[in-house]
Amino acid sequence: MSMIFGVPLAVLSGQLLIGIINGAFYALLSLGLAVIFGLLKIINFAHGAMYMLGAMTTVLMFDYLGVNYWVALLLAPLLVGAFGVAIEYFLLRRIAGQDHIYSLLLTFGVALIISGVLVNWFGVSGLRYSMPEMFRGGVNLGFMFMPYYRAWVIVAALIVCFATWFVIEKTKLGSYLRAGTEDSQLMQGFGINVPLLISLTYGFGVALAAFAGVLAAPIYSVTPVMGSATLITVFAVVVIGGMGSIGGAIITGILMGVIEGLTKTFYPPASSAVIFLVMVLVLMFRPSGLFGKEA
Amino acid sequence: MNKPVNSADIHKAIVQEQAAQDRKKLILNGVLLLILLAAPFVIYPVFLMKILCFALFAVAFNLLFGFTGLLSFGHAAFLATGGYTTGYLLSNYSGLSTEMGIIAGTVAATVLGVGFALLSIRRQGIYFAMVTLALAQLVYFFFVQSEFTGGEDGMHGIPRGELLGFIDLANNFNMYYFVLVVFIACYLLVQRIVNSPFGQVLKAIKQNEPRAVSLGYNVDRYKVLAFVISAALAGLAGSMKSVVFQLASLYDAHWHMSGEVILMTLVGGMGTLLGPVVGATFVVNIEYQLSQGALRDWVDPILGVIFVITVLAFRSGIVGEIQKFVKKNLG
Repeated sequence: MSMIFGVPLAVLSGQLLIGIINGAFYALLSLGLAVIFGLLKIINFAHGAMYMLGAMTTVLMFDYLGVNYWVALLLAPLLVGAFGVAIEYFLLRRIAGQDHIYSLLLTFGVALIISGVLVNWFGVSGLRYSMPEMFRGGVNLGFMFMPYYRAWVIVAALIVCFATWFVIEKTKLGSYLRAGTEDSQLMQGFGINVPLLISLTYGFGVALAAFAGVLAAPIYSVTPVMGSATLITVFAVVVIGGMGSIGGAIITGILMGVIEGLTKTFYPPASSAVIFLVMVLVLMFRPSGLFGKEA
Repeated sequence: MNKPVNSADIHKAIVQEQAAQDRKKLILNGVLLLILLAAPFVIYPVFLMKILCFALFAVAFNLLFGFTGLLSFGHAAFLATGGYTTGYLLSNYSGLSTEMGIIAGTVAATVLGVGFALLSIRRQGIYFAMVTLALAQLVYFFFVQSEFTGGEDGMHGIPRGELLGFIDLANNFNMYYFVLVVFIACYLLVQRIVNSPFGQVLKAIKQNEPRAVSLGYNVDRYKVLAFVISAALAGLAGSMKSVVFQLASLYDAHWHMSGEVILMTLVGGMGTLLGPVVGATFVVNIEYQLSQGALRDWVDPILGVIFVITVLAFRSGIVGEIQKFVKKNLG
């Protein structure tokens, strides 16, 4: 068998694949954070909880209502997105004029409530979600085995990332969004319903997290606490990439997943810490982030 | 109505007003001190020490958050570093007196604080919070994987030892008065810092950083110093906590703990001296009461609800709201 730096090619490419998949999740999650940050100027600490809600909704809808994977892929982000709109409307809006630190703390409180309640109902052990029938098995690529589902996760994540980029950069709705980022007061003056736009933006960012949650349900252990550790890693990814550009968020996410995968192959003990170490290096040598515009 | 006003009269009135306020404060502080001295005869001393340790932790955090305007989401790292260092040294070097162990823990947290500060002040606002959270997670991973911390089991049976070689700290009363003295000393230190010219600059940075820069202050240096002092005091709180409970656990390093100290400060009143103390007392009591009753599994969501209500309805916190009330109705 062919070897690269003393590691079998199949092992290396397997870890790389896992890395790309993790990276796709980081990309989806940091994309949602960036979209929300753009208009609301807040960091959504409830983002991990929303990702978890997406996965939990998928599992519970299947267990109790028999809703299949494809319907969940559409329905879970919609439900969680609607929940996000409600949170924006009933809570975040009330402190819109205040220091942004307060809205950050508010979303942190919301995250504590959501995950705390679900821990009480379902415990912290993982719920099982069986793989959809058509994704069982995989294909041998010659140098490695490629499970169908993992290929699908990468494709789906990339499609959604690209669609988000397209909507924000190329459509009229996106131009409103970008204009709102620059000067929401002026835009309100032009007769655009900015409060509605803000609600929908928060809902959309949260729906992206839920979409990542649905994708994660068949391959990760679904628990009420799955979101918090992931979110902290995504924060590091966001610090590394900066939230200045949508493309930057996507590229950084996938890149960090790959680096994590490579570390797992060559020096496993450091794999959970490597993204944070990259963040330290970036802060030392390029403090505004790889794609960042502001400090 | 145009009565001529003599500037000397005004000065005299201000001095009198000031003296009256100082007297009020002195009486209030005296009463508080008496309560703290008598408390262990009424309430279980270990519970009181828990409150004092968390109060010190919150006071330290508030110096950074409430007075300088920097929201650190990683203060658990300092609490845990202090606790683990002190615990490790006292467990493994039996010749070491307790106060040396506590000092060593504080120094370790201070050194870590320098590292955190130098990295995190390179970013502002929301990024600052994310960087501190991520750095604290790195520290958490380190403690999880290290042998000496005992991993998930934690570090047990840390000896309390003797203070200065002759005061037996295994006695809860001795231990309590030692913790109380350290706490009061730190509280006075923070009070002194906040009211010093240095503290004024910190407040200026909080209110308007660009203006502080344009006035010629080296803002980054002030931020680093405030951060390091805050980290040192948080480490001291962790060190004392590990001696009091003879235990250091991963829970102290978890992001949850960083969130809890934010809640304590916010509920008590950020930017007030007494606020974090009141907030720590409140949160520790709530957690204790809940853990005894039927709601023991609902501590987290209830803390979350308190978070949300505080942010939505009374951002000044308990002490801040009382101050507002007194000013409006009695001032």
